[in-house]
Formats: sequence, structure tokens, C-alpha cells
Amino acid sequence: MTMISVSNLRKQFDQFTVVDGISFSVKKGEVLGFLGPNGAGKSTTMKMITGFLAPTSGEVEVCGLNIDSDPLAIKKTIGYLPEGAPAYGDMTPLSFLHFIAEIRGYRGAEKAQKVDLAIKKANLESVIHKPIENLSKGFKRRVGLAQAILHDPPVLIMDEPTDGLDPNQKHEVRELIAEMAKDKAIIVSTHILEEVHAICTRAIIIAQGKLLFDGTPDELESRSRYHNSVVARFSTELSKDALDKVKALPGVAAVEKESLDGVEQYVVFAKPDKGIAEPLAQLIKDEAWPMDEYFVQKGHLDEVFRRITTESADVRRGALS
Amino acid sequence: MNNILPIFKREFQNYFATPVAYVFLVVFLALTGVFTFYLGGFFERSQADLLPFFNYHPWLYLFLIPALSMRLWAEERKSGTIELLMTLPISTTEAVLGKFFAAWAFTGIALALTLPMWITVNYLGNPDNLVIFASYLGSFLMAGAFLAIGSCISAITSNQVIAFVIAVVICFLFILAGFPLVLDFFSSWAPQMMIDAISSLSFLTHFSSIAKGVIDMRDLVFFVSFMGCWLFANVILVDMKKAN
Repeated sequence: MTMISVSNLRKQFDQFTVVDGISFSVKKGEVLGFLGPNGAGKSTTMKMITGFLAPTSGEVEVCGLNIDSDPLAIKKTIGYLPEGAPAYGDMTPLSFLHFIAEIRGYRGAEKAQKVDLAIKKANLESVIHKPIENLSKGFKRRVGLAQAILHDPPVLIMDEPTDGLDPNQKHEVRELIAEMAKDKAIIVSTHILEEVHAICTRAIIIAQGKLLFDGTPDELESRSRYHNSVVARFSTELSKDALDKVKALPGVAAVEKESLDGVEQYVVFAKPDKGIAEPLAQLIKDEAWPMDEYFVQKGHLDEVFRRITTESADVRRGALS
Repeated sequence: MNNILPIFKREFQNYFATPVAYVFLVVFLALTGVFTFYLGGFFERSQADLLPFFNYHPWLYLFLIPALSMRLWAEERKSGTIELLMTLPISTTEAVLGKFFAAWAFTGIALALTLPMWITVNYLGNPDNLVIFASYLGSFLMAGAFLAIGSCISAITSNQVIAFVIAVVICFLFILAGFPLVLDFFSSWAPQMMIDAISSLSFLTHFSSIAKGVIDMRDLVFFVSFMGCWLFANVILVDMKKAN
């Protein structure tokens, strides 16, 4: 069931196009990761979906409602954590969440219960009576998170929910997202690429306002040059003859020598969609090369990310000159 | 319109969660005292009325009300909470009205705390209590008009100092709209009709006619519709400017 559908969304500020014809949709149960360099238009897209900004052109539909005709109905179905998790600094988390609960239409016992649950889910028990402005960055972020999930929304949109958190807090937030994922449609923006594998079922890459990739995290990895490549370390250097034997294996695209922290290692690249782990291991065994370490790589996300986002910049520069 | 109440409550409690409320109330009460007893010559006049007290209200409000209203929207924009507020299921009108009523209710409290003055004058003599009641009403309405200006101006900037200064200037012009200081600027080139229109916007004229004890419908309508206009502009400005 499609919960969020965005088609041909554009946003222009003066002459500057920030979001340039983006289309995608998110189904129930999906966690969509929004990737892209800073200033790529991720936050602007989120602001248009949540009704904070009006698009220059294009359509946004959430839960079958159109943002132009039913903004208030849409806002009821969305839980939104804006960038930087803004909150009223002189309120305490408790009074802040009560305020949010009242705006969300809860009264009396139901309100208290919703607030309690949000506090529990975001692990805020220890700070509920301290002014928000005195809290650490991690707690502030969690106050924002509690505010977003308070009404158990079918659609959850979070702009960099783990930014500024320590590794333990990041882990907690990811667990929380995974826990909620099955019956919600979730959009998460991040520039931490490991997060994509940890929490997302699908990823989108945006750069300069354009959508450059839409697929699963595995598909993203398979675009890497390092996809299915093998890293091998030997106690002696391989002869040129031996390297030729490796290169001659079916499926091997190239062999490169790398030096990592002073240790020499060979990276054997595979041709697209070819597995080379087994034939290579067999070869090493047959030749009895003195092997120390051997592992297969799934792909480097940061390399794919860099290539996808800079290629588009190159294309643009080319078009301009 | 259900959501005006939660916004109102949050804003109103916010005054007392910070020192703003106490500073404002103490300064307001101290200044009304100073104006009434020293500058107004409350005792020297030996008349049982509160005219010296109310005469200075427009001038007190000129500085105190913009100080109260400058944060209403500028702070939301500065801290980014406007994005939170405007993505909650409330309309901009509800947000504007909730904030405005909270600030207005707060000035109501400040006014109510001057009631000992009313008691004192009743103890000392036999004042016309109807006139005093009318003056309080007029003062409260005028405070609302100042606040509506301040709230609207606060929406155009994320800088509270700018919001304060511009609001003071505009309030000043409206206080004196019926006086030569403002009218001379227009009289050389504008048609008489426009000059009449401008002079009819004068706060002082409307306030002093209410403060005389004449509760004229026209004065009440003036203040209420004046607030309505500025708050309407406020809603439009918030919508236009929220993302900048």
C-alpha cells in the first residue's frame, strides 16, 4: 500500500532550483533512506512532503490525500522530526510533550498515556523535568523523536535522526526505527552511509536536486567496483607469473596491490555479477601460496556514493562549458 | 479553531517559565506608579479620578508592548521551532490567534495588578467608577492594538531587536496619527479625505474618548477591527516568510 507518493516535485528559490523534478513513492513497511551531499535538496524535499514549504510545481500525496487540498489532514498522519530537532528550549520535555499531545487532539487519561509511552520509547525518563535547552544534544534529539512518534503516525519523516548522537544512542534510535518499521512508511535522511544498511529497505540518492538512484541497499552496493572483490594477504610477495595466473581466472577483471597500514594486500576485482571467491581460493590452495588473510567484499558504499554524486556534477559542468 | 487553546496555554505559561513575566510586571507597575504620582500629580490635583494614571498608558505601552511582542514570531524563526509548529496539524490562523491572545491576556494581568489604584481612589474620595471601568476597557483594547502591530512586525524578521524597533516606530505613528507631527507630513500633498482617514486612526483620540467614560461603539469597533487587520496581515506574513 503506497503511503507517500511524490511526483515531479520541484522547488525554486528565486532563480535557484533546489529540488528538480523528483518522483518516488514509499509503501507501508518500507524504510526509505534519503542520501545526498549537504545542500542536495533532501531537507527541502522533506519540508515539502510535511507541508512546511509549498512546492513550485509537482504533486505530493500522503495516505491518498493531496497536500494542496488537505494539508491539515496530512499533517495529522505524519510524525516529523525536522533537521536539528527544534524544540521550545525553556519547556521541560514533559510539558513540551503534553503540548504536542494536546495539539494532536488528546485529552485527559489518553493524553497522559500517550506522553508516557513516547517518553518510554525515547528513553527520556531521567530528564523529563529539566529545561530542554539544558539537555545534551543526544537528549534533545530524542525529545524531537518522542514528539514525532507520540501519536503513533502511519507516516514518519525524520531529518538526520542520528546526527550528533554517540554510537550507543545511534544504536538505540536505529532499534527504535526498526521496531516501528513494519506498520509505518518511514523516510530517514542521513549522510552516514552505514546507516543505510542498518535501517533502510530502500535508498534514494539526491544530488543537486535530482534523483540519481532509487533501489535497495544491495543494489547500491553492487554498483561498487569493489562488489564481489576479494582481498588477499600473503606473507611473501607474489611473482608476476602468479599474478598472471590470477588474472587469467574467469570473472577476474583486474588485480591491484594496495598498502593498508603498511601491510601489502592484493585486491582482486570481479567482473559485474561474477563470483570469484571460490575459483580464486582453489587457485591459491593448488599453488600453495602462503596466505594470511582472505575475504570477500560486498562493495564500498562511500565509493558508489561519491561516484554517483560527482558524476552528475561533472555532467553539469560539461553541459555548462 | 480547537487548537487555539493549546497554543494559548503554552505561550501563556511560557511567560512565567522565564523571568520575562516578572520583569515586565514589576517594571509596568513601577512605571505606572511613577507616572501617576510624580508626573501626573495624582495628589496635587486633589481630584478623585484616575486620569493621571490612564493618560500615560499609551506612552508606557509604546515601549513595553513591543518588548513583549517582539519574540512572538522572531524567536520561533530564529530557533527553528516554526518548522515544528507549522508541521503540526494546526492552521496558521490558530497559531497567530493563540499567541496573540496569550500576550493580550498577559497584559490583562498587568492591568489587573493596578487595581489597588482603583481601590485607593475610592478610599480617598468618590470617583465616577463607570469612567474608571471604561478607561480600563479602553486601555486593554489599546494594548491589544499595540500587540497586534507588534506580533505582525515580529513575523517579518528573525531578529528580535529589529522587531522591537520597527514596532515602536509604527506604534508611535499610530499614537500620534491625529496630531500635526504625523499629519503635516501628508497635508502638503495628500487629499483631505486621506488626511481625515489617517487622523481617524489615532490611538490617542480613540482612547481618550473612551477614557472620558463615553463607551462609543465606533471606538470599540475601531480597536477590534484594527487588531483584526494587523492579525490578518500577520497570518499572511507568517505563511510567506516562515521558510526564509
